[in-house]
Amino acid sequence: MRITQGSFSFLPDLSDAQIAAQVEYALGRGWAIGIETTDDPHPRNTFWEMFGNPMFDVSDAAGVMLELRQCRKTFPDHYIRLTAFDSTHGTESVVLSFIVHRPALEPGFRLVRTEVAGRSLQYSLESYAVQRAPEGERYGMRQE
Amino acid sequence: MDEDRDSLCQPPGEMPQASAVRALLDQLDAELVGLAPVKGRLRDIAALLLIDQLRAEQGLQSQPPSLHMCFTGNPGTGKTTVALRMAELLRQLGCVRKGHLVAVTRDDLVGQFIGHTAPKTREVLKKAMGGVLFIDEAYYLYKPENERDYGQESIEILLQVMENHRDDLVVILAGYKDRMDGFFASNPGMASRIAHHIDFPDYGEAELMRIAQLMLARLNYRFDAGAEPAFARYLSLRRQQPHFANARSIRNALDRIRLRQATRLFAADRRLTREQLCTLQAEDVFASRVFAATPAEAH
Repeated sequence: MRITQGSFSFLPDLSDAQIAAQVEYALGRGWAIGIETTDDPHPRNTFWEMFGNPMFDVSDAAGVMLELRQCRKTFPDHYIRLTAFDSTHGTESVVLSFIVHRPALEPGFRLVRTEVAGRSLQYSLESYAVQRAPEGERYGMRQE
Repeated sequence: MDEDRDSLCQPPGEMPQASAVRALLDQLDAELVGLAPVKGRLRDIAALLLIDQLRAEQGLQSQPPSLHMCFTGNPGTGKTTVALRMAELLRQLGCVRKGHLVAVTRDDLVGQFIGHTAPKTREVLKKAMGGVLFIDEAYYLYKPENERDYGQESIEILLQVMENHRDDLVVILAGYKDRMDGFFASNPGMASRIAHHIDFPDYGEAELMRIAQLMLARLNYRFDAGAEPAFARYLSLRRQQPHFANARSIRNALDRIRLRQATRLFAADRRLTREQLCTLQAEDVFASRVFAATPAEAH
């Protein structure tokens, strides 16, 4: 099941040229790009691991793409997203975020139904990938 | 009619970009004294880029030229100054996208311990993408006397990026001629990846004089009638002394002359005119240590 989080996630995966164009747009607005990775893509898991510091002093998309390539090499089986941080006073938060890399195989989520008092149901989501292996080994073929 | 169609769209000199480029080069001519080889090379590059655009319009193969450069020359010949200009110039020529300059030395590229160098170098490269990376005194990157020096690692990363990201970034190395030659001799890969080896010649006396006048004009000073020949004499004497660093020595000399002028005005202790505040006199120049060695000629 394809994960849809952040901008552009209902579109086909962006090509590198398209990613660079989005980055260029963000840099043009004065936003700092950060790279984040995770292998626990639960919709409520908003805190992904940062790959290096946010790039406050990078002024061209090529610099970001260099780092992204490095990140893909390090985490080929993780989700990777780019975040654009707007440091303007009063905003000071991430204003754009989109997935730029995903594992080859995305097993998706199970809907967990928990019966609670009075036979009413509580629902939660559980990722198959997270359930079957510890952190760092969840996606990809390595554990088989 | 057919012949007319056969001859290309327009002469390159009439392209809209051409006038912008010409203005740029003229400005460079006005602000930088001498440096004919540098300006010549810049003119060539600018011409190539314009012709490339025409070729692209005709559907001919056009590949952006490799622009990595190496500036060699004696101290004070303007290597750093030109590099600072180069970033802006290349941006206006459309060779680099952003045209910012990242100036670094060995300390910014090479780490202190194993595994520290690669991220540090990559960080700098990331920052320089879309602009110009200026590595001052690049020969310090390579220390032949220590084979476990981390500089080599940094050089390898640089080479890789210089090759693979030719259209993203321009690398300019700078340093003294003899030591750069040694550096290239031990890093042939580096030498071959740099297309433009530009040697900055020493300035002649007339050029140094013009530089001095440009510097003074920028600071709202001027020589009076006596001071100018005095300074010319100072130049010819100073040039023969050891540690003469071309324009840098001129700047230092002017700074000292300004100090002496200030002391003179302060000692006079009367109301000063605007004129007096701006004027450097012969006695300010003659007080220099350079004349002390040859007292007979000085006055």
